[in-house]
Amino acid sequence: MTDMLDSFRAAVERATRDQTPLQLVGSGSKHWYGETPHGTPLDTRGHAGIVAYDPAELVITARCGTSLAEIEATLAEQGQMLAFEPPHFGPGATLGGCVAAGLSGPRRQAAGALRDFILGVQLLDGQGRVLNFGGQVMKNVAGYDVARLLPGSLGVLGLILQVSLKVLPKPFAEATLRFELYEAEALSRLNQWGGQPLPISASAWQDGVLHLRLSGAEAAVAGACIKLGGERLLDADCSALWQGLREQTAPFFAGRVESAPLWRLALPSTARSVALPGAQLIEWGGGQRWWRSDAPAEQVRTLTEQLGGHATLWRGGDRAVGVFAPLAAPLLQIQRRLKATFDPAGVFNPGRLYPTL
Amino acid sequence: MTETATLPVAERQRRADLVHKLRAAFADCQFLFETEDTVAYECDGLAAYRQLPLAVALPETEAQVQHILRVCTELKVPVVPRGAGTCLSGGALPIEDGIVLSLAKFKHIVELNPLARTATVQPGVRNLAISEAAAPYGLYYAPDPSSQIACTIGGNVAENSGGVHCLKYGLTVNNILKVRAVTMDGEVVEFGSLAPDAPGLDLLGVFIGSEGMFAVVTEVVVKLVPKPQCAQVIMASFDDVVKGGEAVAAIIAAGIIPAGLEMMDGPATRAVEEFVHAGYDLSAAAILLCEADGTPEEVAEEIARTIAVLETSGVTRIQVSQSEAERLMFWSGRKNAFPAAGRLSPDYYCMDGTIPRRHIGTLLGRIAEMERQYALRCINVFHAGDGNMHPLILFNGNDADEWHRAELFGADILETCVELGGTITGEHGVGVEKINSMCVQFSPEERDAFFAVKHAFDPVGLLNNDKAIPTRARCAEYGKLHVHHGQLPHPDLPRF
Repeated sequence: MTDMLDSFRAAVERATRDQTPLQLVGSGSKHWYGETPHGTPLDTRGHAGIVAYDPAELVITARCGTSLAEIEATLAEQGQMLAFEPPHFGPGATLGGCVAAGLSGPRRQAAGALRDFILGVQLLDGQGRVLNFGGQVMKNVAGYDVARLLPGSLGVLGLILQVSLKVLPKPFAEATLRFELYEAEALSRLNQWGGQPLPISASAWQDGVLHLRLSGAEAAVAGACIKLGGERLLDADCSALWQGLREQTAPFFAGRVESAPLWRLALPSTARSVALPGAQLIEWGGGQRWWRSDAPAEQVRTLTEQLGGHATLWRGGDRAVGVFAPLAAPLLQIQRRLKATFDPAGVFNPGRLYPTL
Repeated sequence: MTETATLPVAERQRRADLVHKLRAAFADCQFLFETEDTVAYECDGLAAYRQLPLAVALPETEAQVQHILRVCTELKVPVVPRGAGTCLSGGALPIEDGIVLSLAKFKHIVELNPLARTATVQPGVRNLAISEAAAPYGLYYAPDPSSQIACTIGGNVAENSGGVHCLKYGLTVNNILKVRAVTMDGEVVEFGSLAPDAPGLDLLGVFIGSEGMFAVVTEVVVKLVPKPQCAQVIMASFDDVVKGGEAVAAIIAAGIIPAGLEMMDGPATRAVEEFVHAGYDLSAAAILLCEADGTPEEVAEEIARTIAVLETSGVTRIQVSQSEAERLMFWSGRKNAFPAAGRLSPDYYCMDGTIPRRHIGTLLGRIAEMERQYALRCINVFHAGDGNMHPLILFNGNDADEWHRAELFGADILETCVELGGTITGEHGVGVEKINSMCVQFSPEERDAFFAVKHAFDPVGLLNNDKAIPTRARCAEYGKLHVHHGQLPHPDLPRF
């Protein structure tokens, strides 16, 4: 792997010398996410392989080019999983891209996001230095938690060479319940259930139907099914439902005309119903609300901000409005200083997160 | 320790002028500068390190915090933020020429929203007080450091505090939604959000655990979770510590994430039994406590699964708590391990390294060798579920040589943790205590990066500086003194 590292270093040196930025690329499965990438592509897939995995430690360490599919298959053999259910968005999705995008799937509402599972990172910075932050243990407060800056950084701080993630056992049992509920009623129930010791691991509401996934000990799932009522889906249908939401292959995401942009609204779960023109799908107990809407970007952003959240222009639409919600001036200043620290020449994915980062 | 009386006249005059200026600038908030008042702030939970501050400010409002930080920036006065002062690594140790900024008056729970499962609290609110306030709604704040009765949420944010339930419920960083803080230039910033995430780089993630070196926290929004209906604990004995460690691995490999998974070695067990009389198995080389929580059915299922695993792991005795009183009794020994150590010896020095679980046996073996080498006893309690070890080195603080050996013994344990693929601190922080060991865990380039990250938040470098991250010069100095693996300086001197 030294050869790969040397070639990465050479690319960084060349980019610095020629002042031609790099565009870090795995399989390209999330190429559409964030601001439009530009620069010379640097393929990270050659740096691949699982470095360490001991199921009893609940930690997996792998290189950036390792495919997510390989990691998940390896974990599944031992009855374990990436609990944040990262979306792949393509058959070749890599670990590096997964961490850089920082996205989590349906289980995020119960298990936490990718950033909650990151234990350590090895980074190649803009000066060609290989830096290790965090480690391979669950509890570690030595030095600042720089590893947690990387999920969702979209590669702007450097090339993520290697990652250690906490993994969890797969639940012993799962069940999916279906309820017919109006939006306001569904949001209210989801928040009330969230305050009770129920094994809810995912939720999705769309067009008057709420689906609820339960995961945990057999007794806990069976008990919750009785307590909550609703209609229990056949086990065979459950995984397709949640997989469709995780990979956004469900009709809401895939089947509609591409003309209306898709917005992701991250909101406090108790935020009231969002009034926008278009169609909505609600996940994460009310915390993540997808809108296919032609509403002007300013209207979407202002409304979301008033409700205590932020809106991302997920797919389509006019990217000129900025993909991510603008940052408060002091926060942008801190982020620019961090960028300057790890990437002084600005060679890694400049502008992918914000135009000035 | 600095006594102003021993300082040159010019220096004394300079300090008096500075205090005078600060006192005038902070006229609207409580300001302590007489030694009899400031002496209470000279150390935190790591009492071996002491330093009198120039003065102590106790603001009550965020506007006062902004003003204090602006004035200190202008006068180039270092600032050490302080919560309850329970830090075990000297994170709140005053800086000689600086002030302590106590958040003790920020003790209000601003809002508790049971539907959203959040509590908005000021930084001086005690960890346990949040759970107490949430209890009527069947909710609680999950991270439970052993100092939770006294420690404050602001301090927890600074240290990324853990506790015995981290494996299942996460650390502070996994349970905080938003932090409001004031930077050294007096600017108010908000990290995180009430939504599941915030746009841009995850500044909240790197802020938590930054040991009070980035900004002064003025408000925290924590996540509350439903309180489990019931809990039951298994107490298992092993005739060999390694077998106990293997049992821990087997439980986790079987897909069980216990609410708590704690171990004590034989000497620790005997020490606590003498103290609490809980009926611990005194013949055991290791005692494992494994707790299940949830609904009664869930707990019954998990206890049955765990017992099945233990029975194939060489356990010599199993007891399952049959009542809440018995559960608390089983835990009483583990929870009283520190005071029990205090009965065995005038002083004890608590270590906090974390290692991959598979090396627990190796580390305990190495510690046993070190006990002979440094001629000091060490008893071991640990969060076995996450490999976070708390060896307690017993020594007499009145004997300077014993303290010196205890420090070397501690550093040796921490460096062994690094060698085994772990870390020098799992939950107590680096502070001033483990700053030299940071030279061993991180490369010069990594340490430079840490300084740069601090600079991104605190460009003037006045906030709790000289903690947590050692300078290159310091590491070079440490490298000269440091002889690996226990070869004490002056090996020719007799040790007892």
